[in-house]
Amino acid sequence: MNSATFSLATLAPAVPEMALLAFVSVLLVGDLFVSERGRHVTFWFAVASLLGTAALAAQMVGSPTVVTFSGMFVADPLSQVLKVAALLAVAVTLVYGRVYLQLRDLLRGEFLSLTLFATLGMMVMISAHHFLTLYLGLEILALSLYAMVALQRESVRATEAAMKYFVLGALASGMLLYGMSMLYGATGSLDIARVATSLGTAGSSRTLAVFGLVFIVAGIAFKLGAVPFHMWVPDIYHGAATPATLLIGSAPKIAAFAFVLRLLAQALGGMGSDWQQMLAILAAASIGLGNLVAIAQTNLKRMLAYSTISHMGFLLLGILAGTDNGYGSAMFYVLTYVLMTLGAFGMILLLSRAGFEAEELEDLRGLNRHSRWYAFVMLVIVFSLAGIPPAVGFLAKLAVLQAAWEAGFGGLVVFAVLMSVVGAFYYLRLVKLMYMDEPAGEITIAPRRDMRVLLSANALAVLALGIVPAPLMDLCARAITASL
Amino acid sequence: MAQGFPILSLVTWLPIAFGVAVLAVGNDRNPAPARWTALVGAILGFLACLPLWTGFSTATGGAMQFEELAPWIPLFNVNYHLGVDGISMPLIALNSFMTVLVVVAHWEVVTDKVAQYLAAFLVMSGLINGTFAALDAILFYVFFEAMLIPMFLIIGVWGGPNRVYAAVKFFLYTLLGSLLMLAAFVYLYHQTNGSFEILDYHKVPLGMTAQVLVFLAMFMSFAVKVPMWPVHTWLPDAHVEAPTGGSVILAAITLKIGAYGFLRFNMPIAPDASHALAGFMITLSLVAVVYIGLVALAQSDMKKLIAYSSISHMGFVTLGFFLFNADGVLGGLIQMVSHGFVSAAMFLCVGVLYDRVHSRNIADYGGVANTMPVFAAFFVLFAMANSGLPATSGFVGEFFVIMGAVKVNFWYAFLAATTLVFGAAYTLWMVKRVIYGEVANDNVAALRDVNTRELVFLVLLAACVLAMGVYPKPFADVMNPTILDLLKHVATSKLS
Repeated sequence: MNSATFSLATLAPAVPEMALLAFVSVLLVGDLFVSERGRHVTFWFAVASLLGTAALAAQMVGSPTVVTFSGMFVADPLSQVLKVAALLAVAVTLVYGRVYLQLRDLLRGEFLSLTLFATLGMMVMISAHHFLTLYLGLEILALSLYAMVALQRESVRATEAAMKYFVLGALASGMLLYGMSMLYGATGSLDIARVATSLGTAGSSRTLAVFGLVFIVAGIAFKLGAVPFHMWVPDIYHGAATPATLLIGSAPKIAAFAFVLRLLAQALGGMGSDWQQMLAILAAASIGLGNLVAIAQTNLKRMLAYSTISHMGFLLLGILAGTDNGYGSAMFYVLTYVLMTLGAFGMILLLSRAGFEAEELEDLRGLNRHSRWYAFVMLVIVFSLAGIPPAVGFLAKLAVLQAAWEAGFGGLVVFAVLMSVVGAFYYLRLVKLMYMDEPAGEITIAPRRDMRVLLSANALAVLALGIVPAPLMDLCARAITASL
Repeated sequence: MAQGFPILSLVTWLPIAFGVAVLAVGNDRNPAPARWTALVGAILGFLACLPLWTGFSTATGGAMQFEELAPWIPLFNVNYHLGVDGISMPLIALNSFMTVLVVVAHWEVVTDKVAQYLAAFLVMSGLINGTFAALDAILFYVFFEAMLIPMFLIIGVWGGPNRVYAAVKFFLYTLLGSLLMLAAFVYLYHQTNGSFEILDYHKVPLGMTAQVLVFLAMFMSFAVKVPMWPVHTWLPDAHVEAPTGGSVILAAITLKIGAYGFLRFNMPIAPDASHALAGFMITLSLVAVVYIGLVALAQSDMKKLIAYSSISHMGFVTLGFFLFNADGVLGGLIQMVSHGFVSAAMFLCVGVLYDRVHSRNIADYGGVANTMPVFAAFFVLFAMANSGLPATSGFVGEFFVIMGAVKVNFWYAFLAATTLVFGAAYTLWMVKRVIYGEVANDNVAALRDVNTRELVFLVLLAACVLAMGVYPKPFADVMNPTILDLLKHVATSKLS
């Protein structure tokens, strides 16, 4: 049957993925023939292939849902928007990381091709319509990231982080697979649409399905870094080279969001009342612990790691609402969160120089004295992360909070709101260091213009989205309603 | 609804635009362009708000005027909705006026990061105007919270030795309160079937429990801002450590936002809860009036003394509001405006002394009248206004509130009236120790009297204090229709 319906047209929805795969193959081979001095050619080729793929994906935004490859792969409005966002985020990551990588002799073909492979994995995850495709995408992404963290061979910290990441990641993947196999047992299918329809029928075993659901939620929590499955986050964020951290902390969150949506909302939507409760606990624990422990951190990357944990809790608040309103809000949240993360790590990269990592909180001391503009850039990003208007972080929080309230989680909303005050404290400390203290050490700002322009635009986007949020919010809401 | 020229948008965004411009022309070695740009911006901002006063109609009762409405986030039905009534309009005018004074007052005093300092003030001025004008809960919240950022920086960057502690305390206290208010907004959003319009909240029927919870959530937010006893402890710290301009804006304007919030949110949205909790509110207010008055008496730091005196005076404002009669509310409102002038004047006077001697300690002064006679005259005038002397603005508000209190309960009035004694005691005792007597030390002997720049703001404020004390009618005329409307609304139960 499958061979009978095959034609070139069935490949059309997957053109961006195939294009990226082609690009990465060219890069892999081409890089062998490029001398050390011409390395920037491969670098810009990688950026261009990301942008080119993004352009291909952007062309498809707005086209109706197509399921292809015998139900393995779906191209719907949701996936198109998310893919464009993920591709752009990775491109920005590369630009931010370029000087840093160059100075540490990491800007090699390996890093670039791993980045592109990771991106490919994200795209497959985003477009999965089958548990196996989902898993395939996840593993492409995860394996690339493990290797990327380990790329800094001579660094003990990085090696340790890679080891931890790999072991825990494999464990999480195992849980997911186990959960999926349970669901297969309960429904007799791995196809997302068919799982969804057969869950409601009398033939499926509810006990078995719930059992599988528990493992799936645990796997998801691992991948998102939600408490109590968060242990890897601070160590990996801290241990990996900053551009790798940025890559782990930004675009994959978009893929993870799609992943959660495909599994919980699309496949297991019928069991909403079961997973809502689980997510509520995960969200509350993440928001509480993430904010509290962040206070004790002196390392900026670790602090941002704990801040990520609490942000993932907020993301779950939107998802657990289980409504289109909630999913749309969560999507807005994840997109703006990625934008903020890019900015925050971008600042670390901007202030780092050869042999010096600007990753301690103290390294930002007196930044305002040195550069009013970059202190302002960081100020905007930090207040956005803290959820203080007019930056966009506030509206993102508001959106998920109102969705959770609508779904009847009022107590959780109040708790989340109170923990935000705790969160504000450690963000304020950062502002205090930048504005109210005199510089202690030397501050240098990387002179690369591409990065400076991009970082400034990044911060301004955070501010502008807070003032004019309607287009992006509408886009998210439309993508969700058109796809689910 | 006819939409004329968007004056309210102008008074909100003009200062902010000038704040950005100040940053653009600013440069740390030559602050003059930044200063002049800021002055022009502040004056234009003040001129822009004059049409609000002249064009204000008292014939329409408490209806909103100068309304502007545009969709902002259609998905959640959030609108860019501005409008003013007799409560908010005078406060916008007050704020725009104070911004000019603050810019004038900083002139020779602030020399570090001048452009950023002025930009923070201008941006904050615009945000405060937006807060008073916002008729959409989320818009209000955005202005309300965004205001924290410049204030945090003003206290933390240009403040005194303990400035960081004060700034963080200020920020977290205020944030805690306002986030609970945000939760209340989300609740009301779902109660009204998806509206963030404040005026819709006024109409939505709510059960008693819901009203009490909403009231308390908003109370947390505004009580911290006012500040009411016992959540007032951030204020003395913030005031003492803030630079003079920061203290002026804090005392004259931002405290008023808390009181304004009670009138705009608590009372009309939860009228039954307001009545039920009136005893609680009045008790807290009276504690502030009496106890904080006594605390002020014990201060040895001038700024701290004025800070405590502010809390005590704001106790009068909240007391007036929760009496639920026209005299009380009008008295509270007039007291708000008057306190804006008087506290600003007091802080500026302390600033004048501080710039010369670099001490806020009362004990470091004595006999200032001998070396600064002109200054001493103004200082005594403002001190009299602070203690509520008739013919100054301080008297009018307190008198009305006491009149309102007598109608409700004699003992309320009695306790409230003690402020006339305590207020006089702590203010005049400070005057005696600072201004009168023999020249205490070499520092005082070396003092030079006020210069033209200082004279400008002292004269302006003195004129306002006296004018309002002698002829408060223009203010009362503007406020009265809105107050009567509000009281009528609050008297109607929302329980069905």
